[in-house]
Amino acid sequence: MLARALLGLVIATVVAFGAFVAWQWRGELPPATASAHSFDPGIVAKGAQLAAVGDCAVCHTRAGGKPYAGGFPVETPFGVVYGTNITPDRDTGIGAWSEEAFRRAMREGVARDGAHLYPAFPYDHFTRLTDGDISALYAFLMTREQVSQPDRPPELSFPLNWRIFAAAWQLLFLDKGAWRNDPAQSAQWNRGAYLVEGVGHCGACHTPRNRLGAEARDRRFAGGEGEGWSAPALDAASPAPVPWTADQLYNYLRRGFADQHGLAAGPMQPVVADLARAPEADVRAIATYVATIIGPRDPADRKRQTDAALAFAQQRAVTVGDVTRATTGAAPADTHSAGKALFDGACATCHRSGGGLPVSRPVPLALSTPVNESDPGNLLRIVLDGIHPAPGRRGPIMPAFSGMLTDQQIVALADYVRSRYSRGPAWPNVAAALAGVRRAQTLREAP
Amino acid sequence: MTVLNVNGKQHEVHADPRTPLLYVLRNDLALNAAKFGCGLGQCGACTVLVDHNPVFSCLTPISALEGRYIRTVEDLGTIDKPGPVQRAFIEEQAAQCGYCIPGMMMRAQALLEKNAAPDDAQIRAAMAPNLCRCGTQMRILRAVHRAARLMTVELQGPVKEAQK
Amino acid sequence: MNAPLTTPTRRMFVATGGALVVSFALAPHGALAQAAKPNVPAQPKLPGSLGKAPVLDAWIGIGGNGGITVFTGKAELGQGIMTALIQCAAEELDVDPAAIALVTADTERTANEGYTAGSHSMQDSGTAILNAAAQVRAILIELAATRLNLTANQLHAKGGAIVADDGRSLAYKDLVLGQELHRAAQPQSPLKDPKSYTVIGKPMRRVDIPGKVTGAPMYVQDLRPEGMLHARVVRPPNYGAELVSVDIATVEKLPGVIKVVRDGSFIAVAAQGEFQAIEAMNMLASIAQWRKVASLPDEATIHQFLTRLPAQDEVIANKGSPAQQGTHVVNAAYTRPYLAHGSIGPSCAVALYKANKLTVWTHSQGVFPLRASLANMLQLRPEQVHCIHVEGSGCYGHNAADDAAADAALIARAIPGRPIRVQWMREQEHGWEPFGPAMASSVSGAIDGSGRIVSWNYAVWSNTHSTRPGGPAGNLLAAQYLARPFQPPAPKEIPLPDGGGDRNAIPLYTIPNEHVVDHFIPQMPLRVSALRGLGAYHNVFSVESFMDELALAAKADPVEFRLKHLDDPRARDVITKAAQEFGWKKGETRPRGQGRGFAFARYKNSAAYCALAVDVTVERETGEVHLGRIVAAIDSGQAVNPDGIRNQIEGAIVQSASWTLYETVTFDRTDITSRDWSSYPILRFPQAPESVTVHIIDRPGEPFLGTGEAGQGPTAAAIANAIADATGARLRDLPLTADRIKQAIGV
Ligand code: FES
Ligand code: FES
Repeated sequence: MLARALLGLVIATVVAFGAFVAWQWRGELPPATASAHSFDPGIVAKGAQLAAVGDCAVCHTRAGGKPYAGGFPVETPFGVVYGTNITPDRDTGIGAWSEEAFRRAMREGVARDGAHLYPAFPYDHFTRLTDGDISALYAFLMTREQVSQPDRPPELSFPLNWRIFAAAWQLLFLDKGAWRNDPAQSAQWNRGAYLVEGVGHCGACHTPRNRLGAEARDRRFAGGEGEGWSAPALDAASPAPVPWTADQLYNYLRRGFADQHGLAAGPMQPVVADLARAPEADVRAIATYVATIIGPRDPADRKRQTDAALAFAQQRAVTVGDVTRATTGAAPADTHSAGKALFDGACATCHRSGGGLPVSRPVPLALSTPVNESDPGNLLRIVLDGIHPAPGRRGPIMPAFSGMLTDQQIVALADYVRSRYSRGPAWPNVAAALAGVRRAQTLREAP
Repeated sequence: MTVLNVNGKQHEVHADPRTPLLYVLRNDLALNAAKFGCGLGQCGACTVLVDHNPVFSCLTPISALEGRYIRTVEDLGTIDKPGPVQRAFIEEQAAQCGYCIPGMMMRAQALLEKNAAPDDAQIRAAMAPNLCRCGTQMRILRAVHRAARLMTVELQGPVKEAQK
Repeated sequence: MNAPLTTPTRRMFVATGGALVVSFALAPHGALAQAAKPNVPAQPKLPGSLGKAPVLDAWIGIGGNGGITVFTGKAELGQGIMTALIQCAAEELDVDPAAIALVTADTERTANEGYTAGSHSMQDSGTAILNAAAQVRAILIELAATRLNLTANQLHAKGGAIVADDGRSLAYKDLVLGQELHRAAQPQSPLKDPKSYTVIGKPMRRVDIPGKVTGAPMYVQDLRPEGMLHARVVRPPNYGAELVSVDIATVEKLPGVIKVVRDGSFIAVAAQGEFQAIEAMNMLASIAQWRKVASLPDEATIHQFLTRLPAQDEVIANKGSPAQQGTHVVNAAYTRPYLAHGSIGPSCAVALYKANKLTVWTHSQGVFPLRASLANMLQLRPEQVHCIHVEGSGCYGHNAADDAAADAALIARAIPGRPIRVQWMREQEHGWEPFGPAMASSVSGAIDGSGRIVSWNYAVWSNTHSTRPGGPAGNLLAAQYLARPFQPPAPKEIPLPDGGGDRNAIPLYTIPNEHVVDHFIPQMPLRVSALRGLGAYHNVFSVESFMDELALAAKADPVEFRLKHLDDPRARDVITKAAQEFGWKKGETRPRGQGRGFAFARYKNSAAYCALAVDVTVERETGEVHLGRIVAAIDSGQAVNPDGIRNQIEGAIVQSASWTLYETVTFDRTDITSRDWSSYPILRFPQAPESVTVHIIDRPGEPFLGTGEAGQGPTAAAIANAIADATGARLRDLPLTADRIKQAIGV
């Protein structure tokens, strides 16, 4: 009796697994014969713009490497997956891929040879792209310089290194299908939504992931992770003191700086660098869409929060006078005297208001998102490494304070900055957070 | 009052604790090597070593430096007995106006104490925070390579340096 | 040798131990010239700048302790001039260079050699010292001859003594006991045969480098005289702004503050400590009320704006028929932006006003012209002002050095008896220095069937390249903001042969029909003055880019094409040398994205010849340029210190690469917006070329030719030509940024 039941169970499992294997199986597609000159320059140009919005170059280029030749390490909780070579090189790139093969990869996450791709490649977003846009991206990539650079295999722990797990993941989480416009919304809004949800794949970092590494559908844009940085929430939970407006978002995304928020740092730096080359209208559209999902919904709340934040920033601004009087004893006693002394000496040169210099001023810290996030990680990263524009390019420079200040001092500084410039609760354990950041960095530096 | 350990000597400094180290080195301790270039952490002319790390002394308040180990070019050697990095810069004639050079030497010293034989790319990356307007970069690069050789042949090589 | 703090007279005694130098130094130049007049023949002219102080002891003094002091009116700017001048003197005096102390530009001790600029120092001062030394040697031999009853030809100079064939010898110090060297300089000198040189032409380590790498007080920034105060100036928010009101009392209460000095819209603060002065400056700036009046043109269209301004036009070359002829006509227009000198160390000066006398330690390029302007600003007689050159950070032309000196002078006068040290802040240097002017040029040329250039029409538009001080105070920044302001004098074009905006506007190539016009634009929307190379940087960029465009049209190899149009053998030699050493191969094909470029110029068409070849890689996706191998050949005439020449050319190449690829002064309608290294990025180590090699063509016995500025123009053109070779896209607007290149390449 029991034996029979068991047998049934076994058979059922085998059948189910067999069915899954059959379902997930994808055949190899025949090599393509597409050649560069067979593409309409207009289409290629359109593809270039989409590639800019999608930042393809970021994950498909290793530091100092040839663009699109792959090798960039994408860290996941399960291990490291390396961006692949998507130049038209036939042997190591996608030169042998037909447009059909490319479309299948974008829509279903399956390589030309039938292998299932790990979701570090955000096909869960690219599946939303229109045929026309996929063709344009294909045309763009196929007209790049061919670079012979073999792909670096993913470093995933057993058994995840079995491709079949990617297939299982797709079965569970890949919801295929093109983007559908919302007729109730403006064309610009829909364009923005299409770019954000599709090629822009903003959710890949800004949406939290479940235990299996899939974006949590019910918590879209609630804030996630990218390259070890926390990607702030883009929904109602946005930590920005002043609620984002479409204009502020546009300036931030287009120029890398918004005067009520600050400048793009960390993984957002390359993103805004690419968006600077995208069509202005597309960046406007993205800003328009995001502005409708980020921060408080009720206009009255937004206004209240804005006024409060600006007033607070005003009230907490450190002026030349405060800093100078601090030594003449006139300043109010401060519980964080150690952190304050460090701030007045090391940071106030730039992060104070008033005075002629420096001419290019950062935004008041009370308006800065890293200072107001629930986790000090981003602030600590910025303090340790500073902010540096790409070589030869204009852009604010913040020096790295790692080594200049001891870890103990950095902790004191962070505590003081939080207490002075944020209305949020004190960060529970900055020392532990700092240790964590340092650990992550040494791992990243290790070859 | 702040007590600073500069080049192995203790100094009692009475300047405001917020005062950047650069001004104390130059004006209170009469150590001329570190230079003011920008005061913003953008050029490296003020670079000195603190606990073996290259730092911008123009932005480091002395309040952050009690009990830490500060070194300047004056500690690398003297005009009669220049140290390896200084010798390398002299032998390569790696200076035009020379204003940036002390900062360059301290950053090079820090690099060589961590990496006895850096390759060209590593040197360029390590030196990136320091600017030279005279265009002496090629000679500075040669000088750092030479300093690496000089240091390793010296008994008092990088390892011993680091334990000082 | 370099102890700027000790007072002149003491230094002089220390240096020379003799009274004779003092006798010169104390004699005002006029008197001196008088003294010398009778025996100075009006003609022929004296070599180099000997004529500026036509007595030998104005240049060379020999002290009782045997110490030899050489005096030059030129200044060390980091170009290594001190070492080269010492080599000249040591060679003709037959002494060890180490035995020579050099005194540089000082209004009470050295000849007035004007500015240290235009790559003139070796031509002027080097030649003067070389000849003076030879004449002094002759005098010493003649003195020894009388003492030893021998004839001059039985004597020769050796190691600081005159040695007789019979072995007897007399040290210089025993020959010079009084005024022996106080003699009129002669037009002819018994110069050595260059073949016998033992010091000139041999690499000599720079005398200033050991001090610079060991923290010796080498710079004006390092001066710290007894009782010195630190001062900072609060500059207006922008050009022409007026100080309406400021609460001085509050700031004077701050710790360490001694005094706030205000005169009209000039406002500064002096304090005990440097950081205290900076904080007080910030405080002042935060409470000062200004009336902004400046209005700047639109940066986006600055070149149209400039070329539409009224201009003074001069035809500077007109050969054959300017009318366009030939089978193939090519047209092009080029522009360069405003460029900053961007010294790494902001300008600085120390001034002391005591007993109606002003002493200023300055890194100005011209202590005498500065003295004239300071005297005029403070209503003093020139003799009441003493300007001493002390090295600063490299200046590359007329930066804010003189302005800082004026600031220090004004503050010092308000606080008599205390030495005042003023150093500018980074943002002040970037915002207020006089920039290298923006320029535009247009050219059309035609080639015939045989691939020869038959006609060349070139026009260049530029502001002046010199608003240096000298005479009226109006060119000193502070003077323009005083309660009784000084107006800047009307700008003037620097006349050819040197030229300003038209420097190197006339190609050195042999072209039958040639027409070149200089459009000089008096009105200056931005403050401008001399930046290394002046107009040559733009003109050589234009001419040498255009030569490649013509070569392309003629389907000729760029190197061959240049040689085909050059008769000057020395020009041909540097080009051939650079091409050979680089391994330039005609018609060599390279993979897409890799390019190679060539360019040549003779600076000012009269100074050093420089040719160079460049390898670049251009990243097609981003337009980023990677500089590979750079090989240059230089002919500076008689090479005095070969390694010094190499150092200068290497520096010129790397600096010019930075100008060419990255730099632009930016501004909006009211303010200069490039105010630090983040808003005015320059080349950093990772962007430096893979290698730079400089080959010197030495010309023993030929006149010295200036080297300092020979490399800027050719570098710009060679890079542009290499980028065109790599991408097929010709960029004509500087800087050649990644974005512009990417735009030109397309997707
Ligand atoms: S002076 Fe410190 S970095 Fe420039
Ligand atoms: S040598 Fe002059 S700035 Fe580097």
